[in-house]
Amino acid sequence: MTIEHHVGDERLLAYGAGTLDEATSLLVAAHLALCPACRSDLELAEAVGGALMESDRLAPPADETVLDALVRCIACEDDEGSAAAAAAPLGPFVLPQPLRGYAGGDVAGLRWRSVGGGIRQVPLKTHGAGATARLLSIPAGKSVPEHGHSGFEATLVLAGSFYDRGSWYRRGDVGIADSAVVHRPVAGPEEDCICLAVTDAPLKFVAAVPRLLQPFHGI
Amino acid sequence: MKAPGNVIGFPRRSFGRASAGRSEPADATDEMSDRLLAVAEHGDRAAFAVLFRHFGPRVRAYLLRAGGDAGRVDDLLQETFAAVWRKAGQYDSRRATAAAWIFAIARNRSIDAFRRERRPEFDRQDPAFQPDPQPDGEETLATRERAESVRAALAALSEEQREVLRLSFYDGESYAAIAIRLGIPVGTVKSRARLAFRRLRAVLGGRREELR
Ligand SMILES: [Zn+2]
Repeated sequence: MTIEHHVGDERLLAYGAGTLDEATSLLVAAHLALCPACRSDLELAEAVGGALMESDRLAPPADETVLDALVRCIACEDDEGSAAAAAAPLGPFVLPQPLRGYAGGDVAGLRWRSVGGGIRQVPLKTHGAGATARLLSIPAGKSVPEHGHSGFEATLVLAGSFYDRGSWYRRGDVGIADSAVVHRPVAGPEEDCICLAVTDAPLKFVAAVPRLLQPFHGI
Repeated sequence: MKAPGNVIGFPRRSFGRASAGRSEPADATDEMSDRLLAVAEHGDRAAFAVLFRHFGPRVRAYLLRAGGDAGRVDDLLQETFAAVWRKAGQYDSRRATAAAWIFAIARNRSIDAFRRERRPEFDRQDPAFQPDPQPDGEETLATRERAESVRAALAALSEEQREVLRLSFYDGESYAAIAIRLGIPVGTVKSRARLAFRRLRAVLGGRREELR
């Protein structure tokens, strides 16, 4: 599997710093589960965090009472014994963690709701203002109605593929569109395209029907 | 050349030779990784105390800057080090220095506590996880060299780029907040972050090209 479209340096760096909103962080984490190259960059970002933390030489010395409390609570944990390891879940799965946790299961077990045009979605609950996340299922060969963006849209492919503005996007690839983009992504012919879509503002559909549907479905 | 627990998965490109043995005295970075491994391997409480005395003050300063009041921060400090104890078995010295690994735990605690958001993270044990390709036997950087080169690479950045990294990683400010603080457009903040990261990657020679 070769991933050609990545999450972008500034987003990866913000994920490493911990300043990215939860919905976009979910997309970055799911991409990281599928992309060894971006994981090596995350290690680099966390090395930066570690080096900046390490370089603080002005911090007052540690409070020994906190250490005492820690050692006491470690001692009682040891008495209780470690809990039995949870059984490893059986794959294969379409959705990598942390996505299954957010969705409440893998693709086949979810409650998909129609948003029109054969497209179905599962909204994912994330905290914080700003971006929202949803899983989308687009029938093989069908397109998402032409739309523009008030903000930014990132789409991570999890199954199947889609074609958009001259490129194919396959499992693990991330497509990014901003307010300058009006597009009509088309799912590949081989199977339904399952993707995670994160947006920080409602899409602006060009045609009238999706615009009518929008208030009810919140895309 | 590879001493178990003392290698990091970065190829050696633009650096001098790694020390083959352990004859010279180890600096703090090396020592801290070894202490963390001692906690993982045999629940070494003395090693844990050394880690706490070294990193505790720095983690506390980080949590204070990330927005906590002093009382809250002491609870979080305790939670962070309880997690260090509990998760030490997951520490992989080929991937991170002790400082980077403890930073990541403190960062996740602060997101949880101060922003009331969850921190989505991938899981290496998940069947859907795409594992790293097998290493090709290339020599790797010692943890100590890696930490030194990160410090050197940070020092070589422009002051503007370093400031964005510091506000972002150390003060936990979003790009939008940094833009307001510095009175510059958010696009400029993002491009400074991108440029800084690109330079760090060029200097530190990450595995990106070989993994993609
Ligand atoms: Zn990637």
